[in-house]
Amino acid sequence: MITEIGHFSLVLALCVAVLQASLPLYGAARGEAALIAWARPAALAQFLFVAIAFGALMHAYAVSDFSLANVAANSNSLKPLLYKLSGVWSNHEGSMLLWVFILALFGAAVAAFSRNLPPALRARVLAVQAMIGVGFLLFILLTSNPFQRLWPAPADGMGLNPVLQDPGLAFHPPWLYLGYVGFSISFCFAIAALIEGRVDPAWARWVRPWTLAAWCALTIGIAMGSWWAYYTLGWGGWWFWDPVENASFMPWLVGTALLHSAVVVEKREALKTWTILLAIIAFSLSLVGTFLVRSGVLTSVHAFASDPLRGVFILLLLSIYTGGALLLFAWRAPQLQGGGLFAPISREGGLLLNNLLLTTAAATVFIGTLYPLLLDVVAHRKVSVGPPFYTMTFVPIMVPLLVAMAIGPMLPWKRGDLIAALARLKFAFLATALAALVTLAVTGAQSIGAACGLSLAAWLFAATLTELAERVRLFAEPRGVLRRALSLPRAAWGMTLAHGGMAVVIAGITGSNAWTEERIVTARPGDNFAIAGYTIALDAVNEVTGADYTATRADLRLIRNGHQVAALHPEKRFYPVENGNSTGVAIRTNLLSDIYAVIGDGDGKGGYVLRLYWNPLVPWIWLGAVVMALGGVISLTDRRHRVGAPVRRARAVAATTVQAAE
Amino acid sequence: MSRRGWIYALPVLLFVGLMAGFYYGLQIDSTVLPSALIDEPAPRFDLPPLPGHEPGFSSADLSGHVSLVNTFASWCTPCRAEHPILTALAATKRVAIYGIDYKDKQEAALAWIAALGNPYTRIGADNGRVGIDWGVYGVPETFVVDRQGRIRYKHVGPLTQADLDRTILPLVAQLER
Repeated sequence: MITEIGHFSLVLALCVAVLQASLPLYGAARGEAALIAWARPAALAQFLFVAIAFGALMHAYAVSDFSLANVAANSNSLKPLLYKLSGVWSNHEGSMLLWVFILALFGAAVAAFSRNLPPALRARVLAVQAMIGVGFLLFILLTSNPFQRLWPAPADGMGLNPVLQDPGLAFHPPWLYLGYVGFSISFCFAIAALIEGRVDPAWARWVRPWTLAAWCALTIGIAMGSWWAYYTLGWGGWWFWDPVENASFMPWLVGTALLHSAVVVEKREALKTWTILLAIIAFSLSLVGTFLVRSGVLTSVHAFASDPLRGVFILLLLSIYTGGALLLFAWRAPQLQGGGLFAPISREGGLLLNNLLLTTAAATVFIGTLYPLLLDVVAHRKVSVGPPFYTMTFVPIMVPLLVAMAIGPMLPWKRGDLIAALARLKFAFLATALAALVTLAVTGAQSIGAACGLSLAAWLFAATLTELAERVRLFAEPRGVLRRALSLPRAAWGMTLAHGGMAVVIAGITGSNAWTEERIVTARPGDNFAIAGYTIALDAVNEVTGADYTATRADLRLIRNGHQVAALHPEKRFYPVENGNSTGVAIRTNLLSDIYAVIGDGDGKGGYVLRLYWNPLVPWIWLGAVVMALGGVISLTDRRHRVGAPVRRARAVAATTVQAAE
Repeated sequence: MSRRGWIYALPVLLFVGLMAGFYYGLQIDSTVLPSALIDEPAPRFDLPPLPGHEPGFSSADLSGHVSLVNTFASWCTPCRAEHPILTALAATKRVAIYGIDYKDKQEAALAWIAALGNPYTRIGADNGRVGIDWGVYGVPETFVVDRQGRIRYKHVGPLTQADLDRTILPLVAQLER
């Protein structure tokens, strides 16, 4: 019964979305206030109906209702409740419903939190959002209905892929989708601006918090995904450049560019058309990501769920939304008024360079991801593009980006002085040189690449601190620093944290690439192994039983200087229901480096394969990502987003006050 | 529109090209991989057996009759899906099926064969080296080899009954004529 309510509710959501997509748009064009006013309640109602549908599916999973084909195929009565619930989005149908749920959630959030938006603009934004909703609701109802009944109902479900039964992965898709779908709001604002033919600082200020929220969620989602890959796949790696990862990374790169170019629109009224284009591309890449992952175009050989009909449907949606948006862009963008001019060496110039490098990076990943597909279409050849391609293309783009990232914030708007900015970075130069020398002295001349990576990280980190110190006049006027620090705009703190976090991530990536130690041994209880100054002792190997699995479990002791530091228990789990294995990696971290242990198969003679890794600086990758996301969140709480400051008529005044505050 | 107006149309033009590529990408039946080895003699190899399933499998076994060569692995879920189709085919004794156990662990492969049945005339255990010679892109893949030991067809992904009835068995019949 609840299932049918959910299904019915989804149809109702579609009806509401159709009205929401049409009436307010018509009303905004004709200036009819009654129709314009339709947008907000419609967005809230659409969210309510989608939420009921989503709740119904959650309920079916929670109570293990195997008369639903979707539940029977992806769940099992023995599973812990957490994995029953996360089973909702571990499959195609459920994850599409989650996608639409988050879309409607963002629509409702715009309806609820944008009272200061001009009603016509809000109506257009919500109408465009509803158009996206219509497409994906149709997609779910026509090709991927999670409420399909199964008759007769099986006694138990087939279970969930063991690799997916993990807290990291349980929360990874929702965060990722919050990011993907969050960019739909920037997209809708861009379309609304093109329809209105007006982009101004007020527009940039409205669009920024939504972009920022999506960016934070995507940062967390990507970090979670890579963390999951790190500790469940058991290879010691954390990023594999596979198409699914790239699909989430491309919107992140473009979204990062968008965040920065929106600042230029807000402060200087420049880069308007470019910002609009970035907003369109960021969301389009989210759609491409959905298409690539869901259609099986790239992973086709082994993708069981790949279904050409679904692929064609998503392709159709992609053509309509992105194609329509870009057509509108081609038509309306030339009419947008150009903005302030600036010299190449200036804050704007730095942000433009950031944009060019980030979009080039995104294009590189795009080509690497799609080249196999295009080559297949054109030349009927199958290739795969691996990490060497990305190392060769990505690093040369990232190095200038990181160098410029340190200098950009030191430059004033309009016109800057590069030499003077570099002179203010003398401590950063010192830190860079020091990092390089210390690295070379400690690890020897062969780690020249690592020295470059760490000195880049030091450069960025020191420059970010320098910029902060200058803002609070730490050296010029030490008294009252705390007061000044607290009264800095939150956006400034956000930037400091995000840039600092990036430096930490770079250090982590460098460390893991340069110095990871790996030992693969066949071990018997009683054996000892040395790795990176630690001794690891294998005491015993036991068979243990978990909730819905059995496992071979090793008891390892991690010893340093004769003292036990930690006990490690790597497991190799077998899930009888799913007839599959998963790896339970044991990790001991001291936040500087990880000891990472995996147990493999036994040799039948009492020996077991043990894989031991020492991964220096790897925890910093996720630590840095969290700091970056935190920076985004703090920036989101900036006063200018909360106060209804940007009223269009008063924008000249607003612009002056902002500049005075800088 | 200004003289530079075309630059604003560039994104949409690029996008149309991309969509065309995606569309053709969807049309390509990804299970039909062209192989550089089609109509070429099968690579020479001599694979060791799985314990208890001696002898192993070598290129000499392939001459004189039409045969199927199937790559599989116990870790491969699609292989599990196609396995009943292979065992049913083996029961008809219509055509000899040879197996290449690709990058697998011996015990796991033995347990797999014991649990699901053995459709293979001979099995060779490959650590991945021979798979490269065959141009294996991912398991499962199935090759049709003619009397002269030349590869005539390659099927990528799990076999379905329809694949057998429509493509593979007609081809086998044609090659046997």
